[in-house]
Amino acid sequence: MFGKLTLEAIPYHEPIIMAAVAMMVLGGAALVAGITFFRLWGPLWSKWLTSVDHKNIGIMYIILALVMLLRGFADAVMMRTQQAMASTGGAGPLPPEHFDQVFTAHGVIMIFFMAMPFMVGLMNVVVPLQIGARDVAFPYLNNLSFWLTAAGALLINISLAVGEFARTGWLAYPPLSELQYSPGVGVDYYLWALQISGIGTLLAGVNMITTILKMRAPGMTMMRMPIFTWTTLCSNMLIVAAFPILTATLAMLSLDRYLGMHFFTNDGGGNAMMYVNLIWAWGHPEVYILVLPAFGIFSEVISTFSSKRLFGYTSMVYATVCITILSFIVWLHHFFTMGAGANVNAFFGISTMIISIPTGAKIFNWLFTMYRGRVQFTVPVLWTLGFMVTFVIGGMTGVLMAVPAADFVLHNSLFLIAHFHNVIIGGVLFGYLAGFTYWFPKAFGFKLNEGLGKVSFWCWLVGFYLAFMPLYALGLMGMTRRMNHVDNVVWHNYLLVAALGAAIIACGIGAFVLQILVSVLNRKSLRDLTGDPWNGRTLEWATSSPPAFYNFPDTPVVTARDAFWEQKQTTGAGLQPLAKYRKIHMPHNTGTGVIIGGFVAVLGFALIWHIWWLVVATFAGAAAVAIGHSFNENGDYYVPSETVAETEGKYFQQLTSQV
Amino acid sequence: MAAAPLLSGCDMALLDPAGPIGAEEKSIIILATCLMLIVVIPVIAMVFLFAWRYRASNKAATFKPEWDHSSKIEVAVWGIPCIIIAVLAYVTWVSSHTLEPSVEIASEKKAVEVEVVSLDWKWLFIYPELNIATVNELAFPADTPVHFKLTSATVMNSFFIPRLGSQIYTMPGMETKLSLLASAAGDFDGLSANYSGGGFSDMHFVAHAMSDADFAQWVEKVRAGEGKLTMAKYRELAKPSEKDPVTTYAEVEPTLYHDILNKCSDGSTCMDAAVSLAMAKEVAGGDLQLCNPAKPRG
Repeated sequence: MFGKLTLEAIPYHEPIIMAAVAMMVLGGAALVAGITFFRLWGPLWSKWLTSVDHKNIGIMYIILALVMLLRGFADAVMMRTQQAMASTGGAGPLPPEHFDQVFTAHGVIMIFFMAMPFMVGLMNVVVPLQIGARDVAFPYLNNLSFWLTAAGALLINISLAVGEFARTGWLAYPPLSELQYSPGVGVDYYLWALQISGIGTLLAGVNMITTILKMRAPGMTMMRMPIFTWTTLCSNMLIVAAFPILTATLAMLSLDRYLGMHFFTNDGGGNAMMYVNLIWAWGHPEVYILVLPAFGIFSEVISTFSSKRLFGYTSMVYATVCITILSFIVWLHHFFTMGAGANVNAFFGISTMIISIPTGAKIFNWLFTMYRGRVQFTVPVLWTLGFMVTFVIGGMTGVLMAVPAADFVLHNSLFLIAHFHNVIIGGVLFGYLAGFTYWFPKAFGFKLNEGLGKVSFWCWLVGFYLAFMPLYALGLMGMTRRMNHVDNVVWHNYLLVAALGAAIIACGIGAFVLQILVSVLNRKSLRDLTGDPWNGRTLEWATSSPPAFYNFPDTPVVTARDAFWEQKQTTGAGLQPLAKYRKIHMPHNTGTGVIIGGFVAVLGFALIWHIWWLVVATFAGAAAVAIGHSFNENGDYYVPSETVAETEGKYFQQLTSQV
Repeated sequence: MAAAPLLSGCDMALLDPAGPIGAEEKSIIILATCLMLIVVIPVIAMVFLFAWRYRASNKAATFKPEWDHSSKIEVAVWGIPCIIIAVLAYVTWVSSHTLEPSVEIASEKKAVEVEVVSLDWKWLFIYPELNIATVNELAFPADTPVHFKLTSATVMNSFFIPRLGSQIYTMPGMETKLSLLASAAGDFDGLSANYSGGGFSDMHFVAHAMSDADFAQWVEKVRAGEGKLTMAKYRELAKPSEKDPVTTYAEVEPTLYHDILNKCSDGSTCMDAAVSLAMAKEVAGGDLQLCNPAKPRG
């Protein structure tokens, strides 16, 4: 009846896990109680969960990302604590079977359920506005993508309370991840959480590419697109090209585990090297999927807050496209130590270091955007400056490890850990947090508290250096990654400093959460009615904040790069009411996405626990709802011109009375 | 810097190599870092300089909001990194070939052969020429090349002695090769650098580089010890265990490494035999008898 699932699956003998579970359950219960008490289920369902508005979906993505950031960071704190406490011969608080789940979950959560949703969320909020569109190309699909991602995230969190998570490292290399060595459900949680969210990501990629290629405002040629739109386009091209590889690779591993096949097993002619190649053929583009949009954010931020055009737009675009293409021919640098031979290693080493050329050009372009500008040190600019200094260090250690001969001693060491946190925190996360602060007033109509934002930035920056510079040193001392315990007094001192760094980052996260709370409470004084709080340059600022659900009362016409800036220069003013409003074609909200997401989450759970009747039932349910939706002829409607006129009239009345 | 006293060279295994491979790798790390610092230091300086000089409150600084292109700057920011990467690419190409792990270190002395097997969670070292074996202890003469052939009886691991240089993966059913040399006698920590499951953290060993005389003596001591590593004993040894003590075997089953590599240590058909059988079968048109694998082609 319940497959492999028994009451034994709940780890009630593990106090740390049970405390975490209790907190999750209590938090969830409080949330449900609060929503019920304030009678918010109706609005929540109709305005948010079933919304096809790209802005709402983007906000939901970012909420998911921030919740998962807390979860992933809790894992990081456990790892730092364990290594600091278990480096003088003691066992530390976490036994290997728990510690190994923690580092696996940390990587999986931070990449798949923090960075990816954060990125897709920012794109969702910003890109349609930046290109002057009313929504994405496939609004219902967008909603479905979100719920598939959320279903994957839900499975990961369930694994904490029911069963276990994988103990394989975040890429689940076989043969360790095969049934022979990982007989539990941990790897199955990993597989299905990633498969489900991966399909969501792939659909989001298709959606975003179509949106950018087909829905730009008249006059916005490719070379007039804002840089963030360009990097989003390239990043989504990579998603569409790379995620099918991930899906196929995980599917093969699933076939090994569920149907006794031998793609990657030790016996039966399986070959684990094939998995390692395939997973990195997805995995390396994945890092560029994450970092390219961050590059786009820095470009927007530095140009806006320097009150200056972006230096070298064309070379920025070409650099982005170069990186996009090159990112597919470097995957082998993740395993030079496999013994592929000198020619192969040298090829992939050199192709890797070539990527640093366009990346370096980008850094210089940001520098020369500040040059002869008027730089305002707002929070997004602080993140950008922090990024530039930090990222070049991470880039340098990355190129260093691209030299196979150097990698032979640095591979899998804490030097590697320091390197990729250096580029992922210093590049990706700093970028997303810059973007979060920069576009927050667009999404909500009020700015974030500046002071707490600065506190958060400085804590993150100082915490980052304290947490990861010692790891570079430890790598040079020969300390390898994923160690549960060591016995070395010198290493212990460095690990203590790293743990202190994590504590300071915790303050940064605390300040960030506080910043949001304080800003919400003071939203009246932080209100921005103009829709253009930073004297912006691109179209997302050419409408009210938060924008009406149709984004623009009339489709903007683009005549140059930095379209809104040009418009402000020629007309000498920002937003103006139109003489005449027209009816607007918009999509209806639909509950299909959230219902399918629910079915698929249960489907994943049933697959993990081999509850076959439930697999059949939920699959049939999801399919039926999806097919049923395709018969829905009532997907769209027209907003009458009077409604548009009324909405805009109200807005401009508010705007003028404020002034 | 409060951390400065901690940064003494002898703690930094990779910056204190004990053999030519590690020494060359160290010099490549330093060379590559210096090459990149040519760009990195100016960039960091420019971040601070430009941000400060062109701060919004500094009305004395030039302000050119429309200026967004300069061919000179573009040529420099693409050109200089190109030159540096070209140099680095040359270094990469050459060093990838000279330091390729399977390339045998040239020496007048005859190399020592060691077959390495990673097990859950310990290291088995077989000396085929000496017909002895050890667990979690490696010994070899100093100033003599050691040629490792490596495989895994379980999941992937990585064989790594940081102070001697290069690591290499051990993979089931596959063989990798590595050649190392310790310039002088000494004891060096060795470990698995690739996570392999629950007992991974204790999967280390000590590599003793000895004088020729000491090594000969060590071999004698092992040979004088007890026990032969038979297939049956190996199967016992291969079962998962943690923190295994150092064990030596005075004798070892000669085909052990071959059988582990070809996945027939449990008595099943060896992979190499199966492959040659399959190939022979193809040549013979499929009517070959299973019991006669040695039949020549035609």
